[in-house]
Amino acid sequence: MNKYHLDYLGQLESEAIHIMREVAGQFEHPALLFSGGKDSITLVHLALKAFRPGKFPFPLVHIDTGHNFPEALDFRDQLVETIGEKLIVAKVEETIKQKNLTEQKGKFASRNALQTFTLLDVIEEYKFDALIGGARRDEEKARAKERIFSVRDEFGQWNPKLQRPELWNIYNGKIHKGENVRAFPISNWTELDIWNYIKRENIELPSIYFAHEREVIEHEGQLVSVSAHIKLDSTDVVLKRKVRYRTVGDMTCTAAVESNAYDLDGIITEIIATKTSERGETRIDDKVSEAAMEDRKKGGYF
Amino acid sequence: MDILRFITAGSVDDGKSTLIGRLLYDSKSILIDQLAAIEKQTKNKLNGEIDLALLTDGLRAEREQGITIDVAYKYFSTDKRKFIIADAPGHIQYTRNMVTGASNAELAIILIDARNGVVEQTRRHSIITSLLNIPHVVVAINKMDLVNYSEDVYNNIVIDYEQVAKSLGLKEVKYIPISALNGDNIVDKSAKFSWYEGEPLLTYLENVQLDSDVNLTDPRFSVQYVIRPQAPELHDYRGYAGKVISGIYKKGDAVTVLPSGTETTIKSIEIGETEVNEAYAMQSVVFHLDDDVDVSRGDMIVPTNNQPQTEQEFEVLLCWMDNKPLIPGNKYLLQTNSNRVRSVVKDIEYKLDVNTFEKNYSPEKAVLNDIIKATIKTSSPVSFDSYKKLRQNGGAILIDETSCVTVGACMIQ
Ligand SMILES: Nc1nc2c(ncn2[C@@H]2O[C@H](COP(=O)(O)OP(=O)(O)O)[C@@H](O)[C@H]2O)c(=O)[nH]1
Repeated sequence: MNKYHLDYLGQLESEAIHIMREVAGQFEHPALLFSGGKDSITLVHLALKAFRPGKFPFPLVHIDTGHNFPEALDFRDQLVETIGEKLIVAKVEETIKQKNLTEQKGKFASRNALQTFTLLDVIEEYKFDALIGGARRDEEKARAKERIFSVRDEFGQWNPKLQRPELWNIYNGKIHKGENVRAFPISNWTELDIWNYIKRENIELPSIYFAHEREVIEHEGQLVSVSAHIKLDSTDVVLKRKVRYRTVGDMTCTAAVESNAYDLDGIITEIIATKTSERGETRIDDKVSEAAMEDRKKGGYF
Repeated sequence: MDILRFITAGSVDDGKSTLIGRLLYDSKSILIDQLAAIEKQTKNKLNGEIDLALLTDGLRAEREQGITIDVAYKYFSTDKRKFIIADAPGHIQYTRNMVTGASNAELAIILIDARNGVVEQTRRHSIITSLLNIPHVVVAINKMDLVNYSEDVYNNIVIDYEQVAKSLGLKEVKYIPISALNGDNIVDKSAKFSWYEGEPLLTYLENVQLDSDVNLTDPRFSVQYVIRPQAPELHDYRGYAGKVISGIYKKGDAVTVLPSGTETTIKSIEIGETEVNEAYAMQSVVFHLDDDVDVSRGDMIVPTNNQPQTEQEFEVLLCWMDNKPLIPGNKYLLQTNSNRVRSVVKDIEYKLDVNTFEKNYSPEKAVLNDIIKATIKTSSPVSFDSYKKLRQNGGAILIDETSCVTVGACMIQ
């Protein structure tokens, strides 16, 4: 192997930086959607590499459902302070009040569906024409077909049947007024790639990604954290388990996995050994239907 | 470890879904919940074996269930490589999807049903492979179990395909007999092919030489974004951010900015805020230039003694991708890397019959999925290399300014 050879993580990193710079070069009001999870933390790390010593040409936007893990919020604020970039927090709670939206009922009442409204409102308010997101194609069948620059109409909807051809590394970000592009720099990364990269780059993560003791209940084979957002009923047994999170979303719809991994090596070893996909193991909302994701994406969800 | 991006092409029922499923399954990239989902769907089958084709949608399933028919990307890795599969539909009406999937592929697997041999679709997939200049081709002769693993059948198909490869100028072609269904010659060499000397498919995919596909001799760089920090202490900082398309750049290199032609030198190179002495193909970097020259997004920075062509009129092979026809005289935006200019398609020299490879001269227009040769004139000079010489700097897309859609893929001649 010659010395001018970029290894696979280097190639993925460079591709992601290239995509971010294309967003910066092609759009007037881009933003980076920051969820507080490892994928968006990785995006921030990549943005630092893409634009420093300059400022990010976009703010970070967090759609705050009000159901976040406190550890993730603390981490978010800490990170934003360290890097000195602008953060816009849009609260689903506010949208619910303003628009008289009806919240889901039931034990795991989730605000997942409602965040779409908040997202569309922020897009309108700030006139965002491009949103960088941390979705990966390996997550799910519908995503596997999505372009890196994915056009949404003014209702935020994705039309999978009318996707633009995307050739070579040439990205077409031309849109009509009112439309926006969702750009996915880490489309080609898998979960394991993310972890290997986090390790290589020594990226800090919220503590809940590592094994810790937590009070949980068992729900259909999944471990759900006890929190103010989940109504326990009489049949629930609160257990103390050593767990970590593979994804960090809302407390109402993210499940924990039992784990002994206290560091990145431990996590990587466990992931190589696990035989369940990231979504299957930790997303409570995806089980609803096979087509769940494609439906939600069409409706403006990320 | 590196990355191999490949495309799989085959006609309906050649076994493409089964093959991809097999690669994912045997490389242990399929996880319990995904497996459970397909097991559920396979329950009513007789033999109880799981249907690997279900791991990918498969064209039939896509049609029946109304799922989007488009390129789907799949991922798996072994200790040697990360693989990215562009799983593209093979039917003629999806030519543009195959072109899309092929544009980033370094290798194409062309599937042939051993019972049918080289058919019209094989020829079409091969011509796209050749037009898009995919460096490596594997002809996977599938369903060998249905022809008793016969060496003669295999040899005859190889002889037939060699004709195709020759007429298209395909250089590196590897032939592998397989049975995707039984897993013969996919991951492990199968005893059923005692007469076959070569390696199984996965071993080939793991070892095919990719380094030589990377051009390290013709440095090309397209400016994506200019970094100008607002901080007072960085007042004079002006960094040109982009990805090295090809070649090697060194600090101190004499360079020219295109299309303006301004000459200067590379003052320094940064990667993620760290200064380096050189940068090479595929790296995302920041260049600083010696003089205060005027450089903006879309400009190229190239060695003064090794420059691409800079022209306002050039010939392209073009795959038309829009429902509205292309009529000579139509105007579009033309984008090469990060550069966009206005352009007009002047005349169409010929239309290529993708099944017979015949040229039909002077057609009036091009319609969806047509491949044509045309002349394009641009509003200002464009810097490029011929696609054959340097894929990453010889491709261009056409954008319809009114619909904003990508309507054409050009390979500059
Ligand atoms: N006997 C045999 N059947 C195969 C083989 N590969 C695929 N098939 C069968 O051929 C049919 C079409 O396969 P599929 O993978 O769906 O084809 P696709 O349309 O190219 O994706 C299915 O019934 C498969 O089980 C093979 O190697 N041997």
